[in-house]
Amino acid sequence: MPCKILEKERLIPGQTSKLVIDAPHIAKKALPGNFVILRVCEKGERIPLTIADADPERGTITIVYLVMGKSTALLETLDAGDSILDLCGPLGKATHIEKAGTVICVGGGTGIAAMHHIAKGHHKAGNHVVAVIGARSKDLLLFYDELSSFCPEVLVSTDDGSFGHKGLVTDLLRQRLETDKTVSEVVAVGPVPMMAAVAKTTEPFGVKTTVSLNSIMVDGIGMCGACRVSVGGETRFACVDGPEFDGHKVDFNELRQRLAAFKPQEKASYDHHCKCTCAGEK
Amino acid sequence: MNSDKKGRSLQPRVPMPCQPAHERVGNFDEVALGYSREDAMREASRCLQCKKPKCVKGCPVEVQIPQFIAALAKGDVESAYRTLRETNSLPAVCGRVCPQENQCEGACILGAKGQPVAIGRLERYAADTYMALDACDQLTGRPECPLIDPDLKVACIGSGPASLTVAGYLSSRGFKVTVYEALHELGGVLVYGIPEFRLPKSDIVEKEIAALRQQEVEFVTNWVGGRTFSIDDLFAEGYKAVFIGVGAGLPRFLDIPGENLVGVFSANEYLTRVNLGRAYGFPDYDTPVYRGREVTVFGGGNVAMDAARTALRLGAESVRIVYRRTRDEMPARLEELEHAEEEGVRLELLAAPLGFKGDADGRLTAVTLQRMELGEPDASGRRSPRPVEGAVYDLPTDLAVIAVGTRPNPILLEATPGLTLDRRGYIAVDEATGMTSIPGVYAGGDIVTGAATVILAMGAGRRAAKDIEARLRPAT
Repeated sequence: MPCKILEKERLIPGQTSKLVIDAPHIAKKALPGNFVILRVCEKGERIPLTIADADPERGTITIVYLVMGKSTALLETLDAGDSILDLCGPLGKATHIEKAGTVICVGGGTGIAAMHHIAKGHHKAGNHVVAVIGARSKDLLLFYDELSSFCPEVLVSTDDGSFGHKGLVTDLLRQRLETDKTVSEVVAVGPVPMMAAVAKTTEPFGVKTTVSLNSIMVDGIGMCGACRVSVGGETRFACVDGPEFDGHKVDFNELRQRLAAFKPQEKASYDHHCKCTCAGEK
Repeated sequence: MNSDKKGRSLQPRVPMPCQPAHERVGNFDEVALGYSREDAMREASRCLQCKKPKCVKGCPVEVQIPQFIAALAKGDVESAYRTLRETNSLPAVCGRVCPQENQCEGACILGAKGQPVAIGRLERYAADTYMALDACDQLTGRPECPLIDPDLKVACIGSGPASLTVAGYLSSRGFKVTVYEALHELGGVLVYGIPEFRLPKSDIVEKEIAALRQQEVEFVTNWVGGRTFSIDDLFAEGYKAVFIGVGAGLPRFLDIPGENLVGVFSANEYLTRVNLGRAYGFPDYDTPVYRGREVTVFGGGNVAMDAARTALRLGAESVRIVYRRTRDEMPARLEELEHAEEEGVRLELLAAPLGFKGDADGRLTAVTLQRMELGEPDASGRRSPRPVEGAVYDLPTDLAVIAVGTRPNPILLEATPGLTLDRRGYIAVDEATGMTSIPGVYAGGDIVTGAATVILAMGAGRRAAKDIEARLRPAT
């Protein structure tokens, strides 16, 4: 059934937005690490998006998306008061959270929003959460204030040095691991190259590393295996077995190749959409 | 007219008109076009109206076959349809997709000497014709609409054939049924699995569901049993019984090297993209699908046939079905196999996949096959395939579809402590009633049996529904 958008915030205009959606049935069950599958309109495709926050009392969930193709472009045309045609969730296994000491949560790009929900869960469980977030420049940084509200430390890196450390999140992560032996787990959510780099950084330190994989999905309920990934040499379905896996065991190269499977069609669909929208405006 | 010693009709059955093969490979329209009124009446008149009909025993939901055929022989579509609907919630679907040769028609006495009565085609004719009469029906009054008791609440999880049968049976007896579906569209395998050219969605599946809505069945989409709600939640909301009909779902893979290359799909993914996502309409519809040139499908069942025929319709230059035994052992319906061959699907028999090969970008280029031969019969009398030593070869392939079966979907099972599973991981039920280890919770269809047929799922639904009725409203 359609779910109404209550609030929309354009975090980075034309690029990234945050939606607060009225979905009490999902909010009641949503845990850190869960995602939803949504379909914007009748001819739309099903796309997965991580739940960035959930408020069971208010009956809302929050999602954050990057406009990168047809479906997210369609989503970007919706405003507060509009509805999303199909919204299904919460899906996937919830993050494994226990009181373990210091947990470093690394987020990159839109992944920071997804990481935010996981960091919050670790904070509520009594862990000392260090957030490490990165973006190309200061104005592209998400959720800094939200994370600062509960994380005792929020470390920032930007490619251009406009805020925090100039460089990559993995620089900050490595520095921390070299000096802090109390880190019990590193969690990373972001683009595949970033998650692969985080896993590579933590490996010599032998620190448990969890990554939230963003493979292509269709149904999101285990029916098809579109989202399959190789973990420790075994095939797993990200939608039911994950989306979180041991970062030291994931075949990131295979994931990267599988994510590119439909690139030509994705471009064709987006171009087709732009042409139709422009034609419609004339 | 030919007849046997007892004077039985040995006239061949009335043929079913079909779209010619060269035309139909260019579209997703239904292949078999259905009987005309004259065809149906002529075919119906072949039925001998047995006193002890074997055909009824061959039908998993016990359709009163001679009764509905007698009505059709007189041209009385309405009473034929009513007879069908007494025991079958989805006659237009079953008339199309049942393997009748193994069921009702396989038991028809005419089959011994000649051709059995075309029961499936007649069922399809009656259902299609009746549903086309909607407007007329409005004038003549609806079929008996029972008073729904809002307190007699039953929930079905999944909206495939098993649940739809439970919903049809119970709602026609005054129960308030709610069906929860995880996907955005209703029908389960009828919408994501079976292609349009075998089972038209808007003409058939949607109409069958509309008929259930008229019986006040409530449908809720995008609700995932075990994630959005638990079975305990349903009881807390006042449901008196729950039926689990979530299907088998998870695809099996071949477990060979290269299986995660780009271009290797499970049949579930390939068919879901095309059928549920309407990917044949891309880019008007947003779901993309691979359009392979050289396609290889693995498996010998109906799903393999559906995938192969779909690939042809999406413009493949060559489509092969790889099967490790021979054509005679293929589990697919004969009609589907013949249709596939007519359309140009080639069979690569006695071959087993060893691995997939890809290019530097991880895209599929070929599959390596092992030539097989049939060995000596084993204890069960079945000849198992065994590899021919040294006979290994590559088949160029840019799209591979794996249709070798399914395994149980764990989502609901893991979220339901106390639900006993059998040793294969499917839900264990009492055979007579369909009840699970949790009182008031029933299950049926592929989540109990493993991948089987639409009509067997419906038979399981009917059995559970009968027991639910007996428990919740004991005869007074």
